[in-house]
Amino acid sequence: MEQPNLSYINDLSGGDESFKEKLINIIRMEFPNEREIYFKNIESKKFKEAAEVVHKLKHKISILGLEKGYEVAANFENNLIQNSELGKVDFESILSAITDFLASYDVIL
Amino acid sequence: MNCIIIDDEVTARVIIEQLCSKIPDLNVLDAFPDAMQAIKYLNQNEVDIIFLDIHMPDFNGFDFIQALKNPPKIILTTSDSQFAIEAFEYDCIVDYLVKPIVLPRFKRAIKKSLAIAVKPSEGLLNSSNIAVSSGDYLYINIDRRLIKIDIPSIYLVEAKGDYIHLKTESKNYTVHSTLKKIEEKLPDDLFLKVHRSFIINVQEIIDIEDNSVLIKKDIIPVSRSNRAELMKRLNLL
Repeated sequence: MEQPNLSYINDLSGGDESFKEKLINIIRMEFPNEREIYFKNIESKKFKEAAEVVHKLKHKISILGLEKGYEVAANFENNLIQNSELGKVDFESILSAITDFLASYDVIL
Repeated sequence: MNCIIIDDEVTARVIIEQLCSKIPDLNVLDAFPDAMQAIKYLNQNEVDIIFLDIHMPDFNGFDFIQALKNPPKIILTTSDSQFAIEAFEYDCIVDYLVKPIVLPRFKRAIKKSLAIAVKPSEGLLNSSNIAVSSGDYLYINIDRRLIKIDIPSIYLVEAKGDYIHLKTESKNYTVHSTLKKIEEKLPDDLFLKVHRSFIINVQEIIDIEDNSVLIKKDIIPVSRSNRAELMKRLNLL
């Protein structure tokens, strides 16, 4: 399975370690909150609201170099807009992978 | 060149600021989490470029562009490629960047924007003085102040010369606009033009006589030509 990585962030930072750290910290701060909002909405079948937060998470998925994951999230977002949960399992496995990746952030840096 | 960034995500704003820092002579004046704050800023300041996210809650990127009288050059930044066709219907949009944005593509967008003549931003609402958000409300421009109005709370709109008089449950407003312009912005299922000078919220009708309706305490004339449509909308026994 595709794993989160820092290739996009490394390119963007151009060796600027403080920017890199700042961006990862923002993602570490925003991601758990968005993830929680996603699960709350999906549990209460609020698909439109869930799609909104999947849209935000989709950007983070792409920042973390998950190209296939981005496609999965984009399709899932569209399905949610149409009140379908198709793609939920795959999307949630991406969230798990990112959660693990961010937890090991200190080790990676 | 001076620019601003409008995006509801902190991550996106930080990334665009970083990309801007790689371009000589491109200054980020400010970054905003929503379009309304940016409109207030543009009422006081001129910018050359706006980096604008399309997908934002309440007031999306296209709503924002439509609300500007003379928009500056706009570079759209989005995670969705499906808006590209709509985007190029606007002369002010010089490029369309799909996230995650990479530096070479960003540089190309800046180069493209430099090739186009500068249009100064006046930052005022367009000539209708009314901007509709993607939610259930609209904004009206009165004395350079944007006032948010909950659409279902409007029960009557009356044309008065070059102005329209808007009545809501809590307050009344007079806006420099036309009945035709606000008619375009109000949802058809809730509002109906019953006379050349009046639009009513059909859910607020108390009673109807031959040629008039009672809305709250206002008696509104109904044109013969609009009567059939009005009767069709009512849930008659």
